[in-house]
Amino acid sequence: MAGVVIVGGGQAGFQTADSLRQEGYDGPIAILGEEPHAPYQRPPLSKAYLLGETDRERLKFRPEAIYAERGIDLRTGVRVEAIDRAAKAVTLAGGERLAYGHLVLATGARVRELPVPGADLAGVHSLKTLDDVDAIEAGLAAVERVCVIGAGFIGLEFAAVAHKLGKGVTVLEAAHRVMGRVAAPELSEFVTGLHRAHGVEIVCGAQVSELRGEGGRVTAVACADGRLFDAGLVVVGIGVVPDVALAEAAGLECDNGIAVDGFCRTSDPDIFAAGDCASFDHPFAGKRIRLESVQNAADQGRIVAAAIAGTPRLYDSVPWFWSDQYDVKLQMAGLMDGCDETVVRGDPASGKFSLLHFRQGQFRAVDAISKPADYVQGRKLLEAGLSPTPEQARDTGFKLKDLLG
Amino acid sequence: MPKVTYIEHNGTEHEIDLPDGWTLMQGATLNGIDGIEGECGGSCGCATCHVYVDEAFLAKLDPPSENEEEMLECTVSPRESNSRLGCQIKVTDALDGIVVRMPEAQS
Repeated sequence: MAGVVIVGGGQAGFQTADSLRQEGYDGPIAILGEEPHAPYQRPPLSKAYLLGETDRERLKFRPEAIYAERGIDLRTGVRVEAIDRAAKAVTLAGGERLAYGHLVLATGARVRELPVPGADLAGVHSLKTLDDVDAIEAGLAAVERVCVIGAGFIGLEFAAVAHKLGKGVTVLEAAHRVMGRVAAPELSEFVTGLHRAHGVEIVCGAQVSELRGEGGRVTAVACADGRLFDAGLVVVGIGVVPDVALAEAAGLECDNGIAVDGFCRTSDPDIFAAGDCASFDHPFAGKRIRLESVQNAADQGRIVAAAIAGTPRLYDSVPWFWSDQYDVKLQMAGLMDGCDETVVRGDPASGKFSLLHFRQGQFRAVDAISKPADYVQGRKLLEAGLSPTPEQARDTGFKLKDLLG
Repeated sequence: MPKVTYIEHNGTEHEIDLPDGWTLMQGATLNGIDGIEGECGGSCGCATCHVYVDEAFLAKLDPPSENEEEMLECTVSPRESNSRLGCQIKVTDALDGIVVRMPEAQS
């Protein structure tokens, strides 16, 4: 019997396999992972793992022996070359063919390359995989100054860790503020101040034009306006692009990712997609979006498993996300897209406050900065479709949870 | 190594020796014990490693941080007075013999 073949051993791929067994699916399951490691948690990579607070063993979702025990054929270090939809089989590098009843594409995303001279020098890293982080850790020991290109979550988390490890840190961001793609200006301002207070240099509007090196190893980052920043190690975190190569080659519909419906089904009913690689009509967003988050990868993995196991559920999770930088916990829920009003609850100078975002008076998203209660209650309100008025939100005497009844 | 007993919601018991410093969440997931998810990688961000701690051991634990306290409001199964997040409890010799029960659901 041809069972479920999962392409990708990240969060979505792992979750699909795990949930399939929990849903009672008893057919064959194979996970085909490109990395040489058993599926592991990525979030700690740029935080606890790099700080040495946890180890490789503890990053794993499950010990390797469990997969065989549960009848899951985990194959690591394998690349899928093509999907043969007519024959319902995938071809692996090396020529082996694997038949599938259902195929799950959990191919994730690939890091965006920095398109400047010198980007291939030694000492220039991306930060996405365990091997990336091990290479960074090995390189960090010998350097005093590091440069981060791109002030998104990954870059800023790395900056905080590198600072904690005693390195001089410069963050270069091309846009006029940090986290510009996902954060409100008030949050960008707070995070910029947070890093600067620790002595990390944040430079916005920096157009990196070249990485310079000596003997093949990076020594500095040059900007188009002539500024030069010394760096013995560079981390590039300028975003990712969905990995749709297999899907496109197989003729599956793609639209900023592999296009799926509310059950994570692609344009071929026997093929599903989940996680960073998938775009979908999100009921909460009211339009087609793609999310790069643990929440989305795990929840979509569960949705795929439910559909294959014969108990389909519609994907309708309210998005949530978090980031740890220094001692600050940033927690976000909802979507800021289209919001026209932001209410600040609490005093940003205290380091504990939240931002509630409204679209035409309707509560749509919360960013809580070391203010877990507002995150938790805000998320619950969003899940329940309830909204405080902006006036209520502005009044810190007003308890969000009172609306939850 | 401290011994931990995990009791699944269906009553299945697992007695495990955990390396000192591992969290209750890691001890479960890395021994293939179902009933604890730990979706956020153990950073007190998702409330999917909810456990009920045996009353006898409750007082031996550090009290929950403000963040854990709030995240416990996000558990899918009911929060009880002995509810904790497994990712926030590191086992040490002082906790040798601790018993934790898993809730019906985590997500």
